[in-house]
Amino acid sequence: MAKIKKKIKTIKIDLDKCNGCRACEVICSAFHATPKYSSSNPARSRIRLIREPLKDVYLPVYAGEYAPAECMGRDKYVIDGKEYDECGFCRASCPSRDAFKEPDSGLPLKCDMCEDLPPGEKPLCVQWCLNDALIYEEREEEVEEEVKSEDVEIGVESMVDKYGLQKVMDTVARMSKKG
Amino acid sequence: MRYAETGFNLEIDLSRGNIERVETDPQLTELHLGGLGTNTKILWDRVPPETEPFSPDNLLIFGTGLLCGTPATGANRTIVSTISPQTQLMAYSMMGGFWAPELKHAGYDKVILRGKSPKLVYLWIHNDKVEIRDATHLKGKGAVETAELIRQELKQPNAQVAAIGLAGENRVYTASIEQGRSSASRLGIGAVMGDKGLKAIAVRGTKDINLARPDEFIGLCNEVLKYIKVREEHPVPGVMTILQGLGSPQEMKHVDEEWHTQNFMWGNARTRKKDYWNKEVEKKWKETQETVRTRLISCYNCPMKCGAIISVPGISTYMMKCFSKLTYTMAAYSDLDFGFKIAQRATEYGVDGFSTPQIMAFALELYENGILTDDDFPGMPSDNEGRFFWLLDRIVRREGIGDVLANGTHWAAEQIGKGAEAYAHNNIKKHEQLPLKLGMLNPVYFLMYATGEKINITQIEGQFPQSPFPTMEEREEFVKDWIQVPDEKFKQYLLDWELRGERSNPYYPTVDMSVDIVDWQEMMHYIDDALGICAGLSSFPLKPPYHIHNYPALISSAAGIDMDEAGLTQVYKRNRTLLRAFNVRRGLRRADEKPPEDHWKKRFPELEAKLLDAYYKFKGWDQQGIPTKKTLEELGLGYVAEDLEQREVIKNGQD
Repeated sequence: MAKIKKKIKTIKIDLDKCNGCRACEVICSAFHATPKYSSSNPARSRIRLIREPLKDVYLPVYAGEYAPAECMGRDKYVIDGKEYDECGFCRASCPSRDAFKEPDSGLPLKCDMCEDLPPGEKPLCVQWCLNDALIYEEREEEVEEEVKSEDVEIGVESMVDKYGLQKVMDTVARMSKKG
Repeated sequence: MRYAETGFNLEIDLSRGNIERVETDPQLTELHLGGLGTNTKILWDRVPPETEPFSPDNLLIFGTGLLCGTPATGANRTIVSTISPQTQLMAYSMMGGFWAPELKHAGYDKVILRGKSPKLVYLWIHNDKVEIRDATHLKGKGAVETAELIRQELKQPNAQVAAIGLAGENRVYTASIEQGRSSASRLGIGAVMGDKGLKAIAVRGTKDINLARPDEFIGLCNEVLKYIKVREEHPVPGVMTILQGLGSPQEMKHVDEEWHTQNFMWGNARTRKKDYWNKEVEKKWKETQETVRTRLISCYNCPMKCGAIISVPGISTYMMKCFSKLTYTMAAYSDLDFGFKIAQRATEYGVDGFSTPQIMAFALELYENGILTDDDFPGMPSDNEGRFFWLLDRIVRREGIGDVLANGTHWAAEQIGKGAEAYAHNNIKKHEQLPLKLGMLNPVYFLMYATGEKINITQIEGQFPQSPFPTMEEREEFVKDWIQVPDEKFKQYLLDWELRGERSNPYYPTVDMSVDIVDWQEMMHYIDDALGICAGLSSFPLKPPYHIHNYPALISSAAGIDMDEAGLTQVYKRNRTLLRAFNVRRGLRRADEKPPEDHWKKRFPELEAKLLDAYYKFKGWDQQGIPTKKTLEELGLGYVAEDLEQREVIKNGQD
């Protein structure tokens, strides 16, 4: 495949600055509602604050790739004497937990860096984090061209993993007949 | 579709174990918005004046504000309403935190509790599934501890829990409801919760809250955020540090306590220590605070950091906000280290950090003056700090003298007799106030102290500076970008207000100006409390991001209700008057509207009478503070007038 220049977008997370307010979750869920901003619901957010105040754990994590299966091993992190949940830093929407799934359908969610925003605008979680716990960074990298999955494709893929290709195809066929 | 609100309340009968999901009338939202407004309406309709606080017929309402769960910054308040065991009037303590938005996302605007459970239970609300669960294993557990245990037993780390501690279970009149970093503390609502046999309410919700005109609403929210940023970068000059920014007083952030320690009273609101603060104290207190403070934290969807995680070595972690670091410290003539230690135990017990230290200081004063004796304090340690811990334990357990003190200074003094009443000197409407004693009467503050239905000055004041700026330059600078004023006249009031001379306290602001200023301050609080917006971003600080000019558009674009400034002002008047009518029906009269005798050294009985007269008149109430029939009818509260007439509270020829 050909090499192309790609803009890499990252959100740097400064755990010490997080005040635990979950504004990131609120605005993320509102931005990704259809129509845009028509509802809010942190349970649909693509960023989650893992928050255990009494242990001083304040960890914003944004949704990465969908994982069809749980991993075999788990990592446990102890940083500055604080023990984080074993799935704490993981960004996957996976069968072992509720995070990063649509609450009603269970379909996986993934952070898209608010790609629908006008160019030059930072993702909304960053814009709404007035304490600067979330810092947006861009850089250019040469990468191999890849085919990017769309939301629908990710969703269908997870359905296929769960129910098998045949059942999904049958269901789609039946639904289109009803059309 | 319902916008901003869910349109459903949960009705729980704890006596019968019955749970109902009841659709609400959208017209009530238009008339009262939500939160405190609709809580008051429900109490008016369903709790007759004969109802005792600890009767099964008393309701305990956990109401969310209309904007809770929307992206509006700081819309996170739960307004808890019931009859206060201490004042016998309506109590409406509030808490921030994370509970209200969670309840909205579970699909409910309010939880309305009635009856009494025969055994200790907790309520678990998970979207459509609502259960009353056994809580006998949680009996006697701390409030913070209980929340953790419930989350673990439900395997729901994201559940939000509001719980009572031992004080609530034992119906201590200053018992609070604790919820993470927040608590609904004042007026003994935790005691009512304990009386109902309810240890906690745990909530988890994953449903949407809908917005009527999304683009407009988000635009307004973004403007609010932008203004918060600007305000944070531009603290108001010329006022004390903790009042320069937004949020509730930034007691967790700042360590400079010169003002509080030297101006507020120590002990039983008695002693002023004008020379307390020095370099040595400053160094020690700074070290204490920075050692125990792990992190500054916020409520739901708010960038302000008014709270903190507090970890005192050797005792379990808890969360604190605002002023409670000083209340125990100063009541016990101790220092900050003690304050952080005892507040941990007090938070687990679930008691109000305002009243409780004063009750303990009151008891020790009675002891020192021979009204209470050694027989009343068997086994009490001899050191002051030890005494406070000892007294706290007796009070929350209602053991010995603790059983008397648990009713607060007013009722305890009455029960003890022998002149004890003179020591319960810092009350309004039977409720302990800020330990503040001043020189010259401030007419605005006189009115707020006297007439506030919240019976707590911090929930009434705000917006207008507490004292005049010394120079004209400072005043001009202040009014230059004062966009929050409902009317330009307020700028002139401030420009003309002097420290000394003709245009100074107590005769300036004049009676009419004072009434205007109080009305503005009250208006913002009543709107906030109906919307669930934190006072720290609206009614309390100087130059807040929310005000009377942007609220109408926020409300109408979120909830789809037609609203302009005149309409919103009318809602405020309706809610304010209904709350007054509710308390009037329970016996509140002019004679009760008295700040503590010693609040100001210089008092002006004639002026004070004029202030009250003018305030009542402005509100459309008679000279007893009873809303007139005409006023009630104008506000669409004709049914209230009818009820008050039937009970002969409103009599023919009412003036």
